[in-house]
This record gives sequence, C-alpha cells and structure tokens, in this order.
Amino acid sequence: MPKIKLSEYATTTIKEVCASFNHNEGELINVLHQVQHKLGYLPAEVQELVAIELNIPVAKVYGVVTFYSFFTMLPQGENPISVCMGTACYVRGAEQVLDEFRRQLKIDVGETSADGKFSLNALRCVGACGLAPVVMVGDRVHGRVSPSDVKKILAECKDGCLTHN
Amino acid sequence: MADYKMHILVCGGTGCRASQAEQIVKNFKQELAQKSLDKEIKVVTTGCFGFCEKGPVVKIIPDNTFYTQVTPQDVTDIVEEHFIKGRPLKRLLYHNPKNEFSVTSAKNIDFYKKQVRIALRNCGFINPENIEEYIARDGYAALGMALTEMTPEQAIQLVKDSGLRGRGGGGFPTGLKWEITRKVQNSQKYVVCNADEGDPGAFMDRSILEGDPHSIIEAMAICGYCIGASNGLVYIRAEYPLAIHRLKIALNQAKEYGLLGKDIMGTGFNFDIEIRYGAGAFVCGEETALIHSMEGSRGEPTFKPPFPSVSGYQGKPTNVNNVETFANIPVIFNKGAEWFNKIGTEKSRGTKVFALAGKVNNVGLIEVPMGTTLREVIFDIGGGIRGGKRFKAVQTGGPSGGCLTEKHLDTPIDYDNLILAGSMMGSGGMIVMDEDDCMVSIAKFYLEFTLDESCGKCTPCRIGNKRLFELLEKITQGKGTMQDLDRLRMLSNVIKDTSLCGLGQTSPNPVLSTLDNFYHEYVAHVNSKTCPAGQCKALLKYEVDAEMCTGCTLCFRNCPVGAITGEKKMPHYINQSLCIKCGVCYDKCKFKAISIV
Repeated sequence: MPKIKLSEYATTTIKEVCASFNHNEGELINVLHQVQHKLGYLPAEVQELVAIELNIPVAKVYGVVTFYSFFTMLPQGENPISVCMGTACYVRGAEQVLDEFRRQLKIDVGETSADGKFSLNALRCVGACGLAPVVMVGDRVHGRVSPSDVKKILAECKDGCLTHN
Repeated sequence: MADYKMHILVCGGTGCRASQAEQIVKNFKQELAQKSLDKEIKVVTTGCFGFCEKGPVVKIIPDNTFYTQVTPQDVTDIVEEHFIKGRPLKRLLYHNPKNEFSVTSAKNIDFYKKQVRIALRNCGFINPENIEEYIARDGYAALGMALTEMTPEQAIQLVKDSGLRGRGGGGFPTGLKWEITRKVQNSQKYVVCNADEGDPGAFMDRSILEGDPHSIIEAMAICGYCIGASNGLVYIRAEYPLAIHRLKIALNQAKEYGLLGKDIMGTGFNFDIEIRYGAGAFVCGEETALIHSMEGSRGEPTFKPPFPSVSGYQGKPTNVNNVETFANIPVIFNKGAEWFNKIGTEKSRGTKVFALAGKVNNVGLIEVPMGTTLREVIFDIGGGIRGGKRFKAVQTGGPSGGCLTEKHLDTPIDYDNLILAGSMMGSGGMIVMDEDDCMVSIAKFYLEFTLDESCGKCTPCRIGNKRLFELLEKITQGKGTMQDLDRLRMLSNVIKDTSLCGLGQTSPNPVLSTLDNFYHEYVAHVNSKTCPAGQCKALLKYEVDAEMCTGCTLCFRNCPVGAITGEKKMPHYINQSLCIKCGVCYDKCKFKAISIV
C-alpha cells in the first residue's frame, strides 16, 4: 500500500479525538469510531498516529481495526451499498441480489469501484426483516429487492437521488 | 396526555422508518393542524409494534383501530374518514387472509391474539423519547420499591423466586447470577447490559432499546442496588444508530429526573450508566469477549473460570445480562414473583420474544409464553407459510442453533425442550424455511457466518470450521462423497468438544441438526448429484416449458443478463451459456412455464 501523507486536518482531528478521551488506551474502540466517522476510513498512517497518541503499539491498533467488521482500512465509495446477508434476507434471496451487484459493478464484497462511486459490502441484519431482502445505500433502505431491481437502484444513485434523500 | 381525546400512534421502529414512517408523522401533524384538530388529537412516534410485515403501522387509540401498510399519501384519507366522518378507513384495515374480512381492532388480529407482551409491554405504546410516558406506565416504581422497601437480599430473592432465566441464549438463572456477584467482596463492581445483538435475523434487543429504553435503565439500576455496584455500562452495536440515539435521550432524562446519578430518590444509592460501542463482532456477545472489547481490545474470549461475576470489567466483579432479561425485571418487581411464575413452563418461566422471519406470512417481533408450540407460533401468529408453500424447517438459535422440522412442531418451546430437540433458544431468532430452501446450503450459510466471525484464537474453531465449510462447498457443487458425510459429523463433534468458547462449541450445530433431520438431502447431493430444493446452482438448470409458455415476455424483460430470447406470444428460450441461475424468471413467471431441472 502506498504511503499517504496525512493532511493537517487529519492530524489535528486524530489528536483532538485522542485528547478528548484523555489518551486513555481503554478507549481505543471509541477513538477509532470517532476517527473513522470524521475521516471516513482508517488507513495505516492514521493507525500509526492513533498508536502514538494513545501510547500503545501500532500492532494493537491494527489488531483491533482488523478484528471488527465496522472498521475499514479502505476508502468507501460515494454510494456505499450494503446488502443484508442476515438469515431472513438470505432465505428470501439476498445472495442473488448480492451476486447481481457484484456483476454489475464488477467489484467484489469489500471493494470500491474504480471511479470511487460505489463500494459494496455485505452486512449482518439491519433488523428490517419484514422488508427482506434489504439493501442499504448510505442511510437509505431499499426493501424487497430482487436481482432485476439492481439496475434501477444503481441508476438512481448515479442520478444523484442520494442527495435528495 | 390528559388534554388529548385521541392519539395516533405511528410505529417508529427501524423497519417502518425505512418505509417512510417519519414522513407519515409529519403529514399527520400538518393535516391535523390544517383541520384544527391538533388540540384534540396527538401524534406519537412509538417503538416497534412488532407487525413488521404490514408496516408502516398506525394505531388510533382509544378505539384501537389498526391501519397497516400506510403511506404518507394515505394520511389525508385517514384524517378525513376516521376523525372527521368518524368511521374507520376500510381500505387500510388489516384483512384476515383466512376469510378476507377486514379487522378493525388490533386485539382481533390473529398475529396479536396469542401474544403475551411483558418485555415488549411498552413497545408500540409509548413515546420512547419521553420519560413521563414511561413513568405513567408504572415506570421507575419498581426501582423506588427496591430502594425504599427492600434490602438487596430481598430484591435478589424476588428475582430468584420469579424463576427468570437469562434471555440472551444460555438460560442461566438471573437471580442466582446476581447473588453470586453480590457475594464477591469488592468496593467496585459493574452492571453490564449486553446489547450486542449479533445473531442475524434477531432484532428484539434493538426493538426494546428503541421502543422502551427506560425499562433497561431502571432494571440496571435495580441490579446495581442488588449486587452493590454504582456503575453500569451498556455495550451496544454501533450498527444500531436509532437505538443509541434513543438510549442517550433516555439516559439524559433519567439523570434530569434524579433517577440516575447521585443519591437516587434520596436513598443515598448512586448509580450511573455509560454507553460502550461494539464494532461488529458476533463473538462479543460472549461475556468474556464483550468485556475485553469494552476494555478497548480485540473481543477474544478467555477461559472461564474466573467468571465475570468474580473478575470481569477491569478485573472487577461484573454482572452481565441481556437486554430482554433486563426488560422483564421492572414488571417482576411491580407484579410479583408469583404472577410471573404462573406464566410459562415448570423450568422456563415467563415469556420469550422471538423475531419471526423468513418464509412466513407475518414477519415480525412476537412475544409468547414459554411452552407455546412452534405450530402456534408459525401457523397461528405467523399466519403460515408464504405463497401456500409447504413448511420445511424452522431455525432457532441463530448460527449456534439448529433446524427443527415438522416432527417438532408440537413441541412446547422452552430452554430445555429446544436443546433436547437438537437446537437451542439462543437470543430468539426464528427463521422459517419452506420447500424451496436447500438445507445443505443453509448449513453452509451459517458456517460461512461462523468463519467470518470466528476470532481465530483457538484452532478447532478457526481451522475446523474452515474445513467443515470446504466439505459443505464440495457437496453443494456435486463433488461430495459419502465419506465426506461421515467426516462432516466427526469433525463437527471434535469442534464441539474442543473449542474454547460458546461460539466454537455451538458452531457445528447447524451442520449436525441438518445431518440428523435432512440426511436424505445430503445423500441426494452426493449420490444423484441433485439439489432437491433446486437451490444449489452448480446442480441445476432453468428451462422453459414451450407448451406452458404464453410468450408474455415477463421473463425476458426481467432477466438481468439478457439470457432469455423469444418473440411476443411465442415460447421463449433460455441461453444456458449466459444464464447466471439467479432464478428471477422462475419467480416472475405467472404460468409456471419455467422449471428447474
């Protein structure tokens, strides 16, 4: 992975977040939540700075980031697409929907499209099982999605409907 | 509340919000203001009603009229008919699928008839963002009673007498857990609420936190008083933004009202609650893993003993209970152990909340007395199987549970019966499957989940499950041998016996229970290289029956890869080299002209 130089904004953000938790290493997960919320993702350079600020080994930070599925080391697309793969959605055909997204976007789960427009993820149960299978684009929930709806959802995103919702 | 003559309750649970419930609330407020009814009728956003299948749901009280699948555009009609003309708007009432009659009152809907709502008592009834509505429903009376009229020992005895067992899955007696933690001598103890609901397809904890957060706060404070702790922590999934939002509001309100903080109700008892966020790791539902995660580390489980009640968070005695367990506590104090004792079965008292989902007509959140049979849950409450298909199996206990079949339908549900039947209660996910579901694929699906979620600390779970998964994959691709079936069983037993924590020890359950109950399906995959349910892609092919095909072009228009060709009103044809076997044509065809071979 190429080295990236952290912007001044990123550096101050990380320092501020760590300071707000009194540089307490027990707050590592909360620190990472906030940093990811503000910067979008947690690349190696961000983890290094967090480790310095909390005075813990980078290995520990890396261990935590990679352990939890909520944290990501890759930038997410403009339209983060999450297909629910909870059991309720699975038995109602979520896998076919996910396959169709893969096919149309030509990316695999956990990847971001080359133009940075879309990223694809599978998540475990958003709890809207009544609407299964469920696809989330950003905060917007699409319910009862079939593989033939995939094209429409992607087109809607491209038209920028996301900003209106 | 007294000033208003009527209330419009709009479900504000995650499912209904996804279907524009917020806009419905806005429209109601606007419409009522326009018609100058806003002084008489109040719009309330509540927690989940449970009937997610028919969401968004709107209920009018006092007359209990229940409107289903409401859209923001329906609001004008409801106000016009219901409030101005004074008659229910027929179009949006629930239609009983059995006799096609519309049902006006919520009480007469089959979905609700057999339910007994204790943990969910306030969900869908009060505004979770207003503490006064909780107080009006006897809220914080239990805490008051415990603090002023009972010693901690008496309070623990009450919980013990009630027979309440942990609702997170294990079923450990709650009162006993509290007593053990109380007896450990330490000046600093913790109460932890486990709201890391990771079981895919279960959403009861989230719904309780979204619909009735104060009941959890009250119960945690009672627990704190009983075990001698002044700090509480809620460990909640970061994926539940609405639950977190409402919990935060509730915590602030409780502090404002002096129900949390120093010297609660002037009794000298101090108790405060903080929130800790999970970050998406199923294993963190295991209490030792959860505690490590709260300390900021990887959520890897450690060997028990020492149990958290002796050495937990920061090495201090810690009592961990699940959300649903806590939700039962205030009611037990208000109504007494004897009342609670009368509900349920001999060894499992009270009720259990289930998230009923999958191929069932009424998907939703339900609460039934322990001892209710699976048949009552699936066919009476759940309204039977979708699309008139045949029931095949019901999966309980999530990735740690097993699949139960027709022969188990009349088993009364409780902790012990489910274990005897080869499954477990788990947190209460209940996924119904029909004849189209391939049980080998289901087992593989759960294994894939376990693979993702295994923390990797112990070998049997990390490597054993990987090998199990590979065997299943081989079988679903039609490359399995009979020997593989024996290997599956043997390896499963080894993983069960040698894994470190509950996740590993239960991870082969879906494999073992499907092997037990659906052995013939495994054999079909191996010997005749067919998938009886028509789900395993490698083993099937979609074909158009030229005689049945009317040439309606529906399949042609829906095929995502353009594999279907044919003229209008002429039989269509599927190009097998392009077909991705997504099954859309099969689902869409109205003439049953597409068959799986």
